[in-house]
Amino acid sequence: MTARRVLYVSGVLVLCAWVLVPIYLIALGGLGGRLGVFRWPKEFLPTGASVDAMLTFLQIEGVWNAAKNSVIAAGLTMVFSVVLGAPAGYALARFAFRGQDAYRLLVLLTRAFPLAILALPLTVTFIRVGLYDTPLGVALVHTALALPFAVLVSASLFMGIPREYEEAAWVFGCSGPGAFLRIVLPLALPGLAATCIFAFVISWNEVFAASLLTVRERTLTAYLLAVLAESPPHFRYAGGLLLVVPSVVFIFAVRKYLFSLWGITNR
Amino acid sequence: MPARSPYLPYLLIAPSILFLAVFFLWPFAQTVVMAFTVDGQTSTGNFARMAADLNFWPAMGNTFALVIVVVPLQVALALTMAVMIQKMTTGRDIVLWIWTIPLGISDLAAGLAWLAILSNNGYFNTVLFHLGIISGPTGWLSYETPLTLFFAVVVAEVWRATALVFVILVAGLQLIPKEYAEAAEVFGASPWQRFRHVTLPLLKPSLQSALILRTVLAFEVFAVAYALGGRNIPILVGEAYTWMNANQNTGVAAAYAGVVLLVSLASTIVWLRVIRVRREHLP
Amino acid sequence: MADIQIDRIVKAFGTVVALEEVRLDVPDGEFLALLGPSGCGKTTLLRIIAGLETQTSGRVRIGGRDVSDLPPRRRALAMVFQNYAVFPHMTVAENIGFGLRMRGDDAATVRAAVGRAAELLKMTPYLDRYPSKLSGGQRQRVAVARALAVEPAVLLMDEPLSNLDALLRLEMRAELKAVLREAGTTTLYVTHDQTEAMGLADRIAVMEKGRIVQIDRPAALYRHPRTRFVGGFVGTPPMNFIPVVAAGGRAMIGPLAVQAPVRDGPVLMGVRAEDLDLTDDDGAAPLMVRVTEPMGSHLLVTGEAAGVTVRAMAPADADLPAGRPVGFRPRPERVVWMDPESGQALEMRA
Repeated sequence: MTARRVLYVSGVLVLCAWVLVPIYLIALGGLGGRLGVFRWPKEFLPTGASVDAMLTFLQIEGVWNAAKNSVIAAGLTMVFSVVLGAPAGYALARFAFRGQDAYRLLVLLTRAFPLAILALPLTVTFIRVGLYDTPLGVALVHTALALPFAVLVSASLFMGIPREYEEAAWVFGCSGPGAFLRIVLPLALPGLAATCIFAFVISWNEVFAASLLTVRERTLTAYLLAVLAESPPHFRYAGGLLLVVPSVVFIFAVRKYLFSLWGITNR
Repeated sequence: MPARSPYLPYLLIAPSILFLAVFFLWPFAQTVVMAFTVDGQTSTGNFARMAADLNFWPAMGNTFALVIVVVPLQVALALTMAVMIQKMTTGRDIVLWIWTIPLGISDLAAGLAWLAILSNNGYFNTVLFHLGIISGPTGWLSYETPLTLFFAVVVAEVWRATALVFVILVAGLQLIPKEYAEAAEVFGASPWQRFRHVTLPLLKPSLQSALILRTVLAFEVFAVAYALGGRNIPILVGEAYTWMNANQNTGVAAAYAGVVLLVSLASTIVWLRVIRVRREHLP
Repeated sequence: MADIQIDRIVKAFGTVVALEEVRLDVPDGEFLALLGPSGCGKTTLLRIIAGLETQTSGRVRIGGRDVSDLPPRRRALAMVFQNYAVFPHMTVAENIGFGLRMRGDDAATVRAAVGRAAELLKMTPYLDRYPSKLSGGQRQRVAVARALAVEPAVLLMDEPLSNLDALLRLEMRAELKAVLREAGTTTLYVTHDQTEAMGLADRIAVMEKGRIVQIDRPAALYRHPRTRFVGGFVGTPPMNFIPVVAAGGRAMIGPLAVQAPVRDGPVLMGVRAEDLDLTDDDGAAPLMVRVTEPMGSHLLVTGEAAGVTVRAMAPADADLPAGRPVGFRPRPERVVWMDPESGQALEMRA
């Protein structure tokens, strides 16, 4: 091995460690319980780690409910963004229509703003219409975050499916919707599934809007933020670990699509 | 196309337009209205009160400092990683996965992870202790140590959000046909010249969108700082949250939100200007 | 200016061998075409010479210098790519001057060289344009000008005309030949189009399955293919191969006796369509006409004789409906003989 090669390989390994070590350490913190948190100096091996600490955390009042609310909000966000976004993506991919550029601009404009901030005026409205403090209300705001992504991704997913396939289906007797259901949808499905997972992760991770829009029916992030100041460190780490685990699994699930999805949205 | 009504595309985009109107355009306008309303009267009072607030200028300073330090660091690091992964043959998939894991991690979780590392009796201090640099638990994240607290937020942000830039850049690199780099190589360009004269210019669109997205999101940073330092490091969105939740003052909160929206838009315009992407100069 | 020596180059992708001990010498100033069907290894060989791919074993020498382990930029060569690889973010002038700038030439030198190369390829009016504003043919010219501007010792071209439409291809072919003759650069030209290779090259190396099966001047290659593959691949229509049994220097096709100055036993008689004379006399070899295709200058007749497909040429106005039996006589001096098993040309008996 040349010196360059050694440098390169160690650079890669250092960067891998840079990502993985904090995750490992929050796991140690979350599983270490009360004793682990106050230990000094710290052990780097999982000697005191046990699932008990995590189970204790889950039994705290409100944690389960918050996790449940997070799953509901994220699930709804996922459904909303694909149901609203995929048809729009299909329209962008297959039709040339007046106003197309304006629509594209509207979607891209959302990127110029941190949309979660817009939960602020919505709290007032939500209180009035009864959406305040419900997972549905949170999901609606999160959908605004995920929808532009869903539109752009599905547009290029559909663009990547040759129009000829659909035309062939028409020629051989499919109706318009029939051709979509039989030909286009199956081909776009893996990409759409990945988009769904992204929408889920966006909602699962969002803190600001969820914190403003809930008070008793908190999502997990909102709950953790609210109790952050008064909760002992090991509960914080357990909460952090609970937030991290699904994300890591989801990213693993969509790893094949990650780059095509993001490449797509930037063209 | 046979048997397709000319209204179909409009029918398909209508639900999303409606949704964006209700949950993007309308609250946007609503923020502006709220920011300029005090007790039902149009007024700039909220802004005056915001500007007079003790935390406002520190929050401004911290937020901008964070953006200015974090975003270039992330782009430089992500670019390095993207170039590294281009050359990789064995183990590429696993490294890609590892490097993109933070993409799925929330800012709150990232803040908590680094809290575990950087707290008084945390892992960082343990390492320093074993190296003989410190003699016991030492605080880095209190209001007495604003500089180290600031850099703790920088580290956590770089850790969490570099992955987004990385993914965008790798995706962009994959769109550049290999022949360009090969042609440059044959015509005598060194690896650095290839990167500088061919790869980087062709990567512009991806760089631009990465910078826009990251800058906008960096102005929105909130939970990382909150998890690490509470209100010891005030930032704009955090102040908006506090005014809304703790102080129950929607007007001033809206004024803060308005400031954040404005600087985000401004930063987007800056990036669009600074990095001119000319479609006709792309493959 | 330099010669190229390729010494026992092997390239293996895993267990698949793409190149098997390829040897090739290209003298200084020669235009050599590497001709073969897709997947024969011709592009791989070119990329190994360029240094874009690494050989499994073997050496490449350019101008006597062993460049096998050098990166492309140290090999003093230029290349024209199949998709041109004209940089989209640089003007025509910047593209043409790219190699010179990379080498660190001063601005005046670059400008002069760019001017010369642009002039040669008639791109002077377009120097300030970006490639997106150029047609495919013009981009092709930029790619060639960029390669010639560096005055390379060796010029490599990878199917440079394959993305142009038929008419433009014909025009560019003639122009390339003139330009390269003038430049006198040693050129290696990869193509799967045998008319292109025939028209352009001083010599053609025909490749099949990772090996060079024959290197010859175009006319010789056409007249004396050394294998059945070469005869079938070079020339349109492909050479006819009619199975006959040779005995005592003669062979029979139906009632027709032809001279067969080869070993006794089953052999293949290779003969080009234009070297078969169609006739109605009784002593000729019988041919059952299946299809006729008017080609303008002549009529291409496809029929069956001795159990194989045989193509022949008839005058454009010949009356040869499908299903009509005719006879043919091969011109003896134009016939080549092949071994039916190995597909190799057979030694002629004096």
